[in-house]
Amino acid sequence: MDKKTRSILLDPLHEKNPVTLGVLGICSALAVTTKLETAFVMSAALTFVLVCSNTTISLLRNKIPGSIRIITQLAIIASLVIVADQVLKAFLFDTSKALSVFVGLIITNCIVMGRAEAFAMANPPMASALDGFANSMGYSVVLIYVALFRELLGSGKVLGSPVFASVSDGGWYVPNGLMVLSPGAFFLIGLLIWVQRSMTPTLQEAD
Amino acid sequence: MDLINLALKAIFVENIALAFFLGMCSFLAVSKKVDTAMGLGLAVVFVLTVVTPLNALINNYILKDGALAWALGEEKAAGYDLSFLAFITFIATIAAAVQIVEMSIDKFAPALYSALGVFLPLIAVNCAILGSSLFMVEREYTVMQSTVFGFGSGVGFWLAIVALAAIRERLKYSNVPPGLRGLGITFMITGLMAMGFMIFGGIQL
Repeated sequence: MDKKTRSILLDPLHEKNPVTLGVLGICSALAVTTKLETAFVMSAALTFVLVCSNTTISLLRNKIPGSIRIITQLAIIASLVIVADQVLKAFLFDTSKALSVFVGLIITNCIVMGRAEAFAMANPPMASALDGFANSMGYSVVLIYVALFRELLGSGKVLGSPVFASVSDGGWYVPNGLMVLSPGAFFLIGLLIWVQRSMTPTLQEAD
Repeated sequence: MDLINLALKAIFVENIALAFFLGMCSFLAVSKKVDTAMGLGLAVVFVLTVVTPLNALINNYILKDGALAWALGEEKAAGYDLSFLAFITFIATIAAAVQIVEMSIDKFAPALYSALGVFLPLIAVNCAILGSSLFMVEREYTVMQSTVFGFGSGVGFWLAIVALAAIRERLKYSNVPPGLRGLGITFMITGLMAMGFMIFGGIQL
């Protein structure tokens, strides 16, 4: 693997993570993470959309006129999201209900638009597909971290099976209700950013 | 009365930014100064109030199952369910509406345009806008209700972003740990604000 491919694949996981450093795709990273299962499904949906949209846009990059590129990109992304949404509705109806409007919101997920603008418009299809994959992995890692802790601390379960026996089932763990509600998600991402930037001081902001 | 309740609920109880995490990207990125936050907030209120009822019209009269009854007659329309096209139609409406709003503000209110200018194009890809259109479909609001809901959501977003910007301006004078500076502390503050807004949670309207 040459150096460039390596950096395309590994940078988004840590040093250029789209969520904790790019501030992209925060909406869904916070909203679908009360359970690990929904986080997995959301990650899979985003991976599909991002890889396909990056590839498609990269293939068309020399044909898209500059002045209408945003709307062209939106049309491509929206069509892919419709496919993802229909597939989820057909095969995973309950999870798709739990994700509510957030599958549709992949359209306005800034990661997808951001990668299309920043990478796919200027690079060949193969590299763009890799870039899309790597960025969705960077997104998925954050999503799964947040969902793991929210589900574990919020209800004492992981993937629906009990890990900490909760008080209501005769165990010892008192579920932390805050984790299930929205503030818990903000605190967890805040902590993740803190840990990440303390470990790699070059990422810290001056102010 | 129902409409007022709906608006209050959208502003406080189910604040679109703090309870549903919509529009988070611009919420975090454009909240460094109160002035710019104010500009973005007002632009969001404006666009949401225009776009949500527009999408409600499209949904109720074109996309919904059997919604084409006014054009084709009851029997023929029963076979048409275009709701799978909702995403692409809504995003097109939003992009077009934002463009039109931008041009008309430029023409009729140049002062407002120079204040909102840079934020208007950004709004087309703000999740809060598409999000409230999708919520409108999920909760089956009428056109009137969705106008109020759009306005309420916009005001909620405006309130939250101006409050956050005001806190962040004060933050300059405090000694934040290096790793938390910037984005990290902003998340913490937003979390605390979300807790603050949770006091409205138990209110039955």
